[in-house]
Amino acid sequence: MNNTSPNFLTSSIGKKFLMGLTGLFLIVFLIVHASINASIFFNDSGTTFNMLADFMANNFILHLIEVVLFIGIAAHVVQAAILTRQNRKARPQKYAVQNSAVSSKWYSRSMGLLGTLLLMFLILHLKNFWVPTKMAVMEGVKDHHTFTHLIDIFSNPIIVVVYLLGLVSLLYHLLHGFQSAFQTFGLNHKKYTPFIKALGFWYSVIIVLLFASMPITIFLGLIK
Amino acid sequence: MSGNMNLTLKIWRQNSGKEEGQLITYPVKDISPDMSFLEMFDVLNEQLVSKNENPIVFDHDCREGICGMCSMVINGRAHGPKSAITTCQLHMRSFKDGDTIVVEPWRAQAFPVIKDLTVDRTAFERIQSKGGFVSVNTGTAQDANCIPIPKDDADASFNAAACIGCGACVATCKNASAMLFVAAKVSQFALLPQGRIEAAARVKNMVAQMDAEGFGSCTNTGACEVECPKGISLENIARMNREYLAANCKD
Repeated sequence: MNNTSPNFLTSSIGKKFLMGLTGLFLIVFLIVHASINASIFFNDSGTTFNMLADFMANNFILHLIEVVLFIGIAAHVVQAAILTRQNRKARPQKYAVQNSAVSSKWYSRSMGLLGTLLLMFLILHLKNFWVPTKMAVMEGVKDHHTFTHLIDIFSNPIIVVVYLLGLVSLLYHLLHGFQSAFQTFGLNHKKYTPFIKALGFWYSVIIVLLFASMPITIFLGLIK
Repeated sequence: MSGNMNLTLKIWRQNSGKEEGQLITYPVKDISPDMSFLEMFDVLNEQLVSKNENPIVFDHDCREGICGMCSMVINGRAHGPKSAITTCQLHMRSFKDGDTIVVEPWRAQAFPVIKDLTVDRTAFERIQSKGGFVSVNTGTAQDANCIPIPKDDADASFNAAACIGCGACVATCKNASAMLFVAAKVSQFALLPQGRIEAAARVKNMVAQMDAEGFGSCTNTGACEVECPKGISLENIARMNREYLAANCKD
């Protein structure tokens, strides 16, 4: 048998592998993101939160990780767009009747839609928080008030609702994505797969509830 | 006869791959609930022939669920509403008197329509020809248990080998992906010592051909496993992913 295979990364499985790898990287990032934000629950007028925000904004290694994070997001999005295009091309003529609900979950079939919603949310989120912070750092403001800014933004009910909708998209995206990544890596085992699936479920639910509790508590005036 | 059914069929008619097709409505009367789905098609075709119309072309061969020829998407599900059977094993008692049944061919860019409900599945043959075999002549079968193989491996290999290559996985998958088929063919060899020798080249060549045929990629929805008439497991896809990764790491 001769080996006639092309490059790993241009193959369908290689592309999926990169999706899973960047996906898991972003899943780890969400843990860090949620943990740091949870410092608002000290309810100390943002002293801890601002301290952590200052540390993040003025640390060389974290700037490097930030660049890696953006590369990770871009790779995940671009690869998803390429795969979606190929997958659409694979079925040019659609079915008149397709009863998909019996064989798969709706969110496993809607990762592209959920991902697009998440990307739109991410752009808004960066505009709300990342851009102002960066501007402040560039202008050389030493003492930036990210916490005051946070309270300001989440006093707007429309923004709170948009954030909660973004988090619903994140929940369903993670519910499929977490366990799907392990299947792509070939980690499917009678004994361990139920554990991975349970871990994925609880990770998705807990991380989304944790994030959701932030705009809600701030809007209700519980965090000052 | 009492208990017989009258049905409305909406069947995809397409003269050739080059022409546009459409769903045509055919009423059928006095169908016995004990008929198989394909026998119901035979009745309809006899009616069409007697009226000097073209009979509906559909693939079928053994009519006992082992050849993998019959290929119909019935009311939006490959091989119809029941699980773990092929279309030929589906009986009319699974439907109710007065039902409207929509029948379409497998739909995938890699499975072009030849005529009506018949599609060209030679893409599967080309994938198989890239590595779905052991290329050494092994002579007559040796004594049983000469090569000890763990029972779990032997069972998993046998279960993968149960794939009849019907293409229901491709027809069901939202991406028209052939991963379950290719994974079954890779797995049945990868699990046995006789297949290990060429395992790396096999998985790479078969995946390369799968991609070249224009099948979509896997998004792990799991729909293929549900609709597979032979119950081929998703574990095979994970095994193929492992094999593919390992084969590429070796280079």
